[in-house]
Amino acid sequence: MVIDMELLCPAGSLSSLKAAVDAGADAVYIGFKDDTNARHFAGLNFNDRQLQQGVEYIRQHQRRLHVAINTFAHPDGILRWQAAVDKAVAIGADVLIIADLAVLDYCHKRYPDVEIHASVQASITNAAAIQFYVDNFNVKRVVLPRVLSIHQVRQLVKQSPVEIEVFAFGSLCIMAEGRCYLSSYLTGESPNTAGACSPAKFVEYKETSSGLETHLNGILIDKFADDEKAGYPTLCKGRFDVDSERFHVLEEPTSLNSMSMLPELMAMGISALKIEGRQRSPNYVSQVTKQWREAIDNCRAAPDSFKPSPATEQCLSHLSEGSQTTLGAYHKKWK
Amino acid sequence: MKYALGPIQYYWPKQRVEDFYKRVALSKVDIVYLGETVCAKRRELKTQDWFDIARMLQDAGKEVCISTMTLLETPSDLTMLKRYCDQQEFMVEANDLAAVQVLSEQGANFCIGPAVNCYNPQTLALFIDKGLKRWTMPVELSRDWLVKIVTDPILENKRQDFEVEIFAYGNMPLAYSARCFTARSENRSKDDCKLCCIDYPQGRIVNSQDDNQLFVINGVQTQSGLKYNLINELKSMQGIVDVVRLSPQSESTLELLDQYQANEFGDHPIALDRAQECNGYWHKIEGMRAV
Repeated sequence: MVIDMELLCPAGSLSSLKAAVDAGADAVYIGFKDDTNARHFAGLNFNDRQLQQGVEYIRQHQRRLHVAINTFAHPDGILRWQAAVDKAVAIGADVLIIADLAVLDYCHKRYPDVEIHASVQASITNAAAIQFYVDNFNVKRVVLPRVLSIHQVRQLVKQSPVEIEVFAFGSLCIMAEGRCYLSSYLTGESPNTAGACSPAKFVEYKETSSGLETHLNGILIDKFADDEKAGYPTLCKGRFDVDSERFHVLEEPTSLNSMSMLPELMAMGISALKIEGRQRSPNYVSQVTKQWREAIDNCRAAPDSFKPSPATEQCLSHLSEGSQTTLGAYHKKWK
Repeated sequence: MKYALGPIQYYWPKQRVEDFYKRVALSKVDIVYLGETVCAKRRELKTQDWFDIARMLQDAGKEVCISTMTLLETPSDLTMLKRYCDQQEFMVEANDLAAVQVLSEQGANFCIGPAVNCYNPQTLALFIDKGLKRWTMPVELSRDWLVKIVTDPILENKRQDFEVEIFAYGNMPLAYSARCFTARSENRSKDDCKLCCIDYPQGRIVNSQDDNQLFVINGVQTQSGLKYNLINELKSMQGIVDVVRLSPQSESTLELLDQYQANEFGDHPIALDRAQECNGYWHKIEGMRAV
């Protein structure tokens, strides 16, 4: 079965956007340089001049541009979120990715013809919730959180009146996105309120006699022996103690890689595969996009015999956090 | 000020749940939320058992609200949700937009729990138009944030139509996952969990390597390691908050209620135990801190 599956790649900068387009992305998603964007990191994202150049590049190459306005509007800040919607529409974005109901409502009423996708931050995991977004805001696509098994995803695709997009590769968020306050519990800032999880300004690396420690706002997240590679202290990937046992209580520092499931994802009718990583380098974006472009094309040509090549696996694993990848929740055993 | 008991977040044996609510029936609590909100596999109590408890509490003069699952992933989760939404005896608390969809299709009034993302007055107004009667603010928001929402001019003509509730005591629900962390902590897969969370009536504590009590794992839910306690903030809630929610504890829940009611106007403050309690979110800082 041949279906149209969009490869949607991340761009935290103009160079990454060009890298994604050059490597074969069908569409690129970006965000503005403010807290309307859930990857609101220092040094990332697009100012107005870069935006204009980015849009031109996308147009020249006939790809699609998605703009993520995917945080929740602050109580006195709705005008900022509405302005972000206005700006995205004005630059000619093909799609707006939105999480907040107030922002969805504004966009739908003000720009009824603009294509809206419900962001992963909207935390939609079932058919009734999809219907809510379709009935109220006429969303054309829903991005699923990384908490469903492949069987559950298949069931939802069957029931959904609109397109379904899933995460294919990149950092693995193990909680239902948009419903995780672990970061604000430790730092005061969460993806929902500040557009970032475990923000870099709270991170500290401390060399001690017993190893390298990583801290987040003064809280010890992990400690590494000399032969271990120290990871970024994303708080759900630390080593903690439960009773007397020390382990990765919530999750190991691994990344999602669903490439081995590509034939299944294609056959069930997934409309788009999203590559995570607007915070990553242009080189990373380029390499990952290239591997996935090739895989999707190969799989489309011969789904029955598709298997990621060892070279591809090695390349993707090398690019991944802790050099480890997992199928995450798609694979039931992960749970 | 009214006082509410939130849904029991942990998995308790049926007898324990029934005994707990028998005591609740005799207490001074005003509103009781009933039902399983964390994991669909927890079936010590069947739908009918919950309704029986609900009627018993209603007969005792309590306002009862049926609280629903937070993370709905399967068609059978939705079937169960619909069963709770289809009855007309009790109001339902939506913890996912699926419930809002089902209830607003029926034209029923409803409550919204703390796991539904409502961060601004525009979103709240949208829910009010659909039948919202009581809203519990997300736990990560502050008093300042709340004041900005409820005093916004767009709610001026709607403020009489809904009540504001605050999660004020207990380990805060901070995240939901596909993974069962309690099963994982016992080296089991979720499919083979043996419902082991029933052995942890107050969840399992997660400490940092230097012994900071960080989180509590409770099935697929991750809670704050410290208990949120707003007992000394009740005075600052006057005029903004209508209902104070206490989360049922494995011990002393109703004694806690007495302490809260005694300190409603700040007459009987109780110093927080900083090794065990926090109130940071209310003060617009890290949730884990205490002011």
